[in-house]
Amino acid sequence: MAIRSTTAAPTTQRSVKDLRLGESGTICCLQDPEMALKLLEMGCIPGTQVRLNSRAPLGCPITLVLGDEDYTLSLRVSEAATILLKK
Amino acid sequence: MARLATISTVPAPMAVASSVDSIPAPHSRRGLTRIALVGNPNSGKSSLFNQLTGLNQKVGNFPGVTVDRKTGISQLTPQHRAEIIDLPGTYSLYPKSLDEKVIADLLYDRDSAQYPDFVVVTVDASNLRRNLLLFTQLADLGLPAVLALNMMDVAEQHGVHIDIAELQQELGVPVIPMNARKGIGVAALKIVMAQHLDAPTVRFYAPDAALLPMLRQIRERFDLHNDYLALHYAHQFRHISFLTPDQRQYVQGLVEKYGFEPTARQAQETIARYARINEILLNAVSVTRTERNEPYSNKLDKVLTHRVWGYMIFFGVLFMMFQAVFAWASYPMDLIDQGIALINSLIQTNFNGPLINLLTEGVIAGLGGVLIFIPQIALLFAFIAVLEETGYMARVTFMMDRIMRKFGLNGKSVVPLISGVACAVPAIMSARTIENWKDRIITIFVTPLMSCSARIPVYTVLTALVVPDEKVLGFFNLQGVVLMGLYLLGFLSAMFSALALKLLLKTQERSYFIMEFPVYRWPRWKNVGITIVEKVKTFVFQAGKVIVAISVILWVLASYGPGEALEQAEQRARATAAQQQLSSEQTDNRVASEKLENSYAGLFGRTLEPAIRPLGFDWKIGIALITSFAAREVFVGTISTIYSVGQDADMRTVQQKLAAEKDENGQPFFTPARAFSLLVFYVFAMQCMSTLAVVYRETKGWKWPLMQLVYMTGLAYVSSLVVYQLFK
Repeated sequence: MAIRSTTAAPTTQRSVKDLRLGESGTICCLQDPEMALKLLEMGCIPGTQVRLNSRAPLGCPITLVLGDEDYTLSLRVSEAATILLKK
Repeated sequence: MARLATISTVPAPMAVASSVDSIPAPHSRRGLTRIALVGNPNSGKSSLFNQLTGLNQKVGNFPGVTVDRKTGISQLTPQHRAEIIDLPGTYSLYPKSLDEKVIADLLYDRDSAQYPDFVVVTVDASNLRRNLLLFTQLADLGLPAVLALNMMDVAEQHGVHIDIAELQQELGVPVIPMNARKGIGVAALKIVMAQHLDAPTVRFYAPDAALLPMLRQIRERFDLHNDYLALHYAHQFRHISFLTPDQRQYVQGLVEKYGFEPTARQAQETIARYARINEILLNAVSVTRTERNEPYSNKLDKVLTHRVWGYMIFFGVLFMMFQAVFAWASYPMDLIDQGIALINSLIQTNFNGPLINLLTEGVIAGLGGVLIFIPQIALLFAFIAVLEETGYMARVTFMMDRIMRKFGLNGKSVVPLISGVACAVPAIMSARTIENWKDRIITIFVTPLMSCSARIPVYTVLTALVVPDEKVLGFFNLQGVVLMGLYLLGFLSAMFSALALKLLLKTQERSYFIMEFPVYRWPRWKNVGITIVEKVKTFVFQAGKVIVAISVILWVLASYGPGEALEQAEQRARATAAQQQLSSEQTDNRVASEKLENSYAGLFGRTLEPAIRPLGFDWKIGIALITSFAAREVFVGTISTIYSVGQDADMRTVQQKLAAEKDENGQPFFTPARAFSLLVFYVFAMQCMSTLAVVYRETKGWKWPLMQLVYMTGLAYVSSLVVYQLFK
């Protein structure tokens, strides 16, 4: 099960929020069950490669490029923080 | 509903025999094949709809909600016509927004008159994985389907090769490769659509065995043909509009009894579907990794979402939009204005009588008031459509989200707020894309404060009256500066009202901003054209009806009075005129104004006068305010009716009529203080029945429209009072 409950102990694991511009990572799991439903539908599936593509002028929201298809998703930093990365 | 109730007492054999997963769709039982178009947003669905139906489309509403229901007739073959329904774009069958709920209502009720014979699913070939998620859900519902594999050109550019035969085999439905923007593949699709389609046999996901006892019971109760459909009843019973309270309670009872966990189940389902889709894609799709240059979209974004250039370009675009609405639109508007005046004077010189007056001063004048807006509405929606089509609107949303959030709004609120400059009615409807309830309510609440195109005539007439037509700082037109200031005032009041609401409203629901970031594309001019035609039609037929009706009512109110009041007024006026030895022209004017004062309209205005006197308004403005509550643009029409009734026929333009108006001391009535007080009133006041009606429908109750009415009118009254008392 890739969905973790919000009540889980605070984790030191990196999330998409921590990516540097242009850096890639692999999605490990989605931390927030409710938001996970939306993120899954939009293609944020565990195991997918994700790259931080750009930041809005004020630092938030950000855009991510998912997988090897050129598909760009925009979301807020707080939402990106729920997408944890594999180590 | 009765049908479901009777069925539940006699369990249908179909529902019990679980091995039979689907029954053939009732094809063509109404003669005309009904086809629903479904797909992800940005998958080229509306392009395909336009290709299939051309201008042969109708926009209506889905029953009970104000979601646009676009239908059109398509000539599939010389013998075969079909009705196409364009459903809102969605990523899955689990609705997140109001728009998406319509899909559930349509596809879950086999006995509805709207139920389609089959669906055409549009998918973006360059992004198959995510797009197929919705397709697999639709197929599991047992709906006969055709897959329109769109954007093949983009996929090829990305090095994605799709084995069509293999994909067709894996998915179990006809797959038509196409490029809807260019019309490639549409002919092939039409041929397939004209054939009889059986329900698909391939299944992509089976609900967990642990759920089957619950699903069995739901199937039995509602006579459903399929486990997956029953699963959707369990997930969505609260939203499905055709269920009765009893039926909802029944499903809720089952959900509680079996401890059904919707969130976890839905996540499991989505992950399982993606796993299955990955298997399919492994067989049917190969990707050649080409060394590609940086996508042009990214390069453009470096400039268009730059921290300095991005905002400057955005304001430049807005400036262009205003320029178009004010400057370019004025030429066709003048033509319409002159045309109406010409027709009226032709009729008036050749015919006479009370019915002719009703025709010219009531009907034709009112019609002119509607037609005059067409150039502005067309231009504004042309701009908005191009911004949406190119993908630029998504960038605006992206750049503005952080700022808008500070005011309790959402990046997505930018679209309604900007559209609000054209008309609050479609703008409020466009707020449906905001999933979060609080963000959406705040957006709906403040959008009417944005100065809409109906205020333009009021602004221009009054500004031109009291602001000199001269340049400041060498090149700014002073009237233009004042006009800009009025728009700014509306915008700022919207933002600060939003801020106040943000602090007042409490909600548990979180606000989302997860959305697809489309690549830049050239606008499809056909789509832009169709949008313009559609919006203009909506305005002329919906708002137009109200405006013409009000014009006629107003003419009646201004021409008739209680009992013998008008005859007596005329006699009185003639008597005093004879006493003062006035000329015949002066006498006529005296008679006309005396008659108007004693008409029903005058009576209403006089009743209102004590309340609006502190704002600097008299009973004539009072009449205009009353009629403006139907629609603001009626103001100018009202003023022209009020002053043209019984005045020189030569004084055509409203502006001259206003400038010639004198107060009791013989001074010009419209002083700057009065005009600005009136302008400020029109910036803030809620004077639009159509907006109130739309807010009622969108929020499903009278609470919000009434609060808007009280809040905006109160704000208008207080602001006008302050302005007039300070400057008089």
